[in-house]
Amino acid sequence: MNQKPVLVIFPHPDDESFGVAGSLIQWSNQGIPITYLCLTLGEMGRNMGSPIFATRETLPDYRKKELQEASRLAGIKDLRMMGYHDKTIEFEDKDALADVFIHVIHELNPQLVITFYPGYSVHPDHDACGAAVVRALEKLPSQDRPLLHCVGFSHNIVDDLGKPDVVRDVTDVIDQKLAVLAAHMSQTAPIIQEMKQNPSLQERFKTEEFWTYSFDEK
Amino acid sequence: MKPIERHLVQPLIEKFKNKKIYVHLETTNGAYATHTDQTFHSAGAFIRNARVEFSQGKLTGKGPYRVGLKMELGWIYAEGLTDFEMDEKGRLLLAGHNHEGKLAVALELSEHPF
Repeated sequence: MNQKPVLVIFPHPDDESFGVAGSLIQWSNQGIPITYLCLTLGEMGRNMGSPIFATRETLPDYRKKELQEASRLAGIKDLRMMGYHDKTIEFEDKDALADVFIHVIHELNPQLVITFYPGYSVHPDHDACGAAVVRALEKLPSQDRPLLHCVGFSHNIVDDLGKPDVVRDVTDVIDQKLAVLAAHMSQTAPIIQEMKQNPSLQERFKTEEFWTYSFDEK
Repeated sequence: MKPIERHLVQPLIEKFKNKKIYVHLETTNGAYATHTDQTFHSAGAFIRNARVEFSQGKLTGKGPYRVGLKMELGWIYAEGLTDFEMDEKGRLLLAGHNHEGKLAVALELSEHPF
């Protein structure tokens, strides 16, 4: 990795915690700047805290504060909350969304972009977010195109795409990563509680996997 | 929010009767239901800031509760409601939480847009 920025684009607060927070912590420790575009505030989440402390109307405020704290803990100095509404990304104009991303890519000139693998990321917001990022990068001349690493977790992803080609061990920063996860308290308190009782559940968080998106074959 | 008590919530519904109001209505089983259990048919819907007016509104059931709001040309209906709150903005928030505390249904009434 050089010192050029990394650009992370996900739709929901906490999407960054599960699959990439360890990588982000490692990079930020190396002085690599990280920008995170978080498209929504997860306004439509079902988890209201455990025990319940949020309502449908107060949830976005809680999640915004959680996102800010999680970003601080992950070493993200440039968090941009993009103001879209949870569950609606697939209904936005894809090119308009791609143009928003292109604008940021021109501004930052990142070495790497991280998002969800379109079609392999289960939640419609994930797939639509990833598809718009791919569209954005497709619009750039290939010599200006940063590397694109995708997170995916649908049941068929390995069958279709093979194993992830980037596998990063983040054991050295696992405590910090779990702190990022825990910062999203309204959503993750039950998982954190389970992990306290059964530390072996931490194992899956110690590795972060990505599929490098190939533009040539598409 | 607090557990619904009919004698407390019924008068709160009445406050919104015969007025132009805004409604948020939602059901959800989560975006991951089918991912977790492939036999599960995931379904949900929401409408936010629908402008409506109702002439009759009732809370029924023994818990979880149901609400029906009768409009000039139709109905608004929600079931599975367990908790309520009149928030500081004067909005009536009704929600149904499942055994894990996850939101399954929400019906909210406000005199101003959400």
